[in-house]
Amino acid sequence: MKKIVIDPITRIEGHMAVETLLEGGKVREAKSSGTLFRGFEIILKNRDPRDAARITQRICGVCPAIHAYTSALCLDDAFSIKDKIPHNGRTIRNLILGSNFLQSHILHFYHLAIPDYVDLGKVVGKVSPFIPAYEGDFRLSEEANANLATHYLQALDIRRICQEMLAVFGGKMPHNVGIIAGGATLTPDIDRINHFKGKLKEIQAFVENAVLPDVLTLARAYRDYFEVGRGCGSFLSYGGFVLEEGRFLQAGIVNSDMQFEELDPENIAEQVKHSWYADSESGKNPSREETIPAPEKEGSYSFIKSPRYKGKVYEVGPLARLMVNYFTKQEEINRVAEPLLKELSLQIEDVPSVMGRHLARAIECKVLVEAMSDWVEELIPGEAVYTEAEIPEEGEGYGLAEAPRGSCGHWIKISDRKIARYQVITPTAWNASPKDDRGIPGPIEQALIGTEIKDEENPFEVVRIVRAFDPCLACAVHLVDMRGKDLGKYRIA
Amino acid sequence: MSEEYPVVWFQGAGCTGCSVSLLNSASLKFKDILLDEIVPGKKLNLRFHPTVMAGQGEMIINVLRDTEKEKKGEYILIVEGAVPTLNNGIFGAVGEKTILERVLELGKNALLTVAVGNCAAYGGIPAAKPNPTGCKSVKRVFAENGVDTLTVNLPGCPPHPDWMVGTLSVALRGLPLDLDEIGRPRLFYGKTIHENCERRAYFDKGKFAQKFGEEGCLYELGCKGPYTSADCPLREWNNGVNWVIGAGSPCLGCVEPEFPDSTSPFYRKLSWEEMKNEKNCD
Repeated sequence: MKKIVIDPITRIEGHMAVETLLEGGKVREAKSSGTLFRGFEIILKNRDPRDAARITQRICGVCPAIHAYTSALCLDDAFSIKDKIPHNGRTIRNLILGSNFLQSHILHFYHLAIPDYVDLGKVVGKVSPFIPAYEGDFRLSEEANANLATHYLQALDIRRICQEMLAVFGGKMPHNVGIIAGGATLTPDIDRINHFKGKLKEIQAFVENAVLPDVLTLARAYRDYFEVGRGCGSFLSYGGFVLEEGRFLQAGIVNSDMQFEELDPENIAEQVKHSWYADSESGKNPSREETIPAPEKEGSYSFIKSPRYKGKVYEVGPLARLMVNYFTKQEEINRVAEPLLKELSLQIEDVPSVMGRHLARAIECKVLVEAMSDWVEELIPGEAVYTEAEIPEEGEGYGLAEAPRGSCGHWIKISDRKIARYQVITPTAWNASPKDDRGIPGPIEQALIGTEIKDEENPFEVVRIVRAFDPCLACAVHLVDMRGKDLGKYRIA
Repeated sequence: MSEEYPVVWFQGAGCTGCSVSLLNSASLKFKDILLDEIVPGKKLNLRFHPTVMAGQGEMIINVLRDTEKEKKGEYILIVEGAVPTLNNGIFGAVGEKTILERVLELGKNALLTVAVGNCAAYGGIPAAKPNPTGCKSVKRVFAENGVDTLTVNLPGCPPHPDWMVGTLSVALRGLPLDLDEIGRPRLFYGKTIHENCERRAYFDKGKFAQKFGEEGCLYELGCKGPYTSADCPLREWNNGVNWVIGAGSPCLGCVEPEFPDSTSPFYRKLSWEEMKNEKNCD
């Protein structure tokens, strides 16, 4: 049996290694491990609860806004003000988060994913950081290759403009200061609204003229990647973007038989049999769970816990949101998705795959630029953005929201007006989780298993599958690789 | 033919926010930094950057090894993130080695080290109480292990891209770096936020915002501007679009040693004594 170990996996956020065991040219076993632990949940203890919206952003500099957003929802709940957030405050939060979605999706597609499909060196020159790289499976025509490479460079500007758009109400990026418990910090005026709109229009043009056509170009040239990396086949979404009337992107789950079910947060639990945590905490809902490291525990291989819903494995992210919103017939998603699926002659059941994840991300870009164009017009100049947020003596709360790369949840317990317990389940914890208590591998591991590796020297399939999930390893707050004795595993053996 | 300075951008215990901030660079665009001369006759050659480089796995670990050997004393090492040191640095690894080992090896043979972000400069977020992984700043692990490579601190969470690009430009021009007592270039960190704040007039008149979204100085809401040295109010962020106080938020003091412990609770007014007593930088 052959082993392929890729350490480090680059063009993701954070530190990750992937190990696959091949038999007969196919992946028989897969292990994804993170190689860094910082201990955010431990650091958050005993702090002023309001600071969580600032500190949790530092979990990830690529998509910090979601942690500010989820943390603020969690604090609003614990402070008993979640129904009192002014319209302007809620809208500014959505505009900040939406800006970060666009930034993250565009960065992911062009700068993190495309180098696996487009020969950038051919266009930009054989210079660092475009060399060294895997060789062989670049299939685009010279013209299409040049076109996408040009968009790679343009997208550097566009993603920067997304950050600038975010800063209009968020102050700065990374790590905005605009989203706080109780609402937002900046009262909008006409000038800021126009500033935001101007940038959004520039981004909208790029989404329509580059992102969507480019994902189609890729989908046609790599059609077989609609059959690679299918994954666990079950999907979950907490629901994204809080509006007056409910969530803009729907919450729910879609099971492997393609049946939709309502989501009940009580069914979320973290299992730890294969993670370096005390087994006594396994299977607990995050509102009752403690993080007790047990780095010597036998049979464990990750500091990511295994979040499960009703004990089962679920994929989260743009693909999961597409599946859930397709089945709930969410209007905006379906309006954009239907013609694209038709153009590629795909049924919704065919979408779960490497290429389907890229397609879902592009669909979301289009849906969001349109929705944000409406939301920014709904801001009322001069009106309140904030409701007084009093820290209770004791309290509990949680916030659930959607990050660019999937479902994000924060749970808090407050004692003596300080944080007594804070738990975070990040999107990447769902997707990059290790085996659970029943020995069932996590979504990325499942997507790798069974994959045929054509060229072991250039195992494109492995990195394409992993990157399609857009993993954010710093996001997986519990993650660490404690196998000090076994760190010599970057070789292709 | 321009003279090339190899650059290794190494990530330790951090969040990639400093890298993303560099991507946001607007006075020189990221593309220009990658492909063009940044001062006359000299350009950077970004050999290693985990977030943007095409390669992965063994091939890029070889890039680190080759740079250390072939460009000894010629490359610029940029470190983002703190260095976990507990249990010999077991809490963070890249390739087959711990972050601690890699930072020391890379640092020993570098021409210059730039510690970007509060984590690399002073320990930052992962070193916040109770510092579960024993995170330390780059300068501190260098000092403890006898590495004496010149190290510049560019704190901030994240640092402004102009501070990073500007510092490299000063160094490549061969101009003096003019560092303050805690290793920061005075060019960018020479004055307090409070000195140049757009809401300074409110402070002088005694008009203080009591609630978010109000006009007035943000001091009562916890602003750390009077104790924080950086040029944010003049430079502003993200291509000059806005900045922290411009968005109605108190300054969090993210360029100061022992951020976040020394400057939090972020939304409570802290006295100068509370701030100063906490400060204990290396």
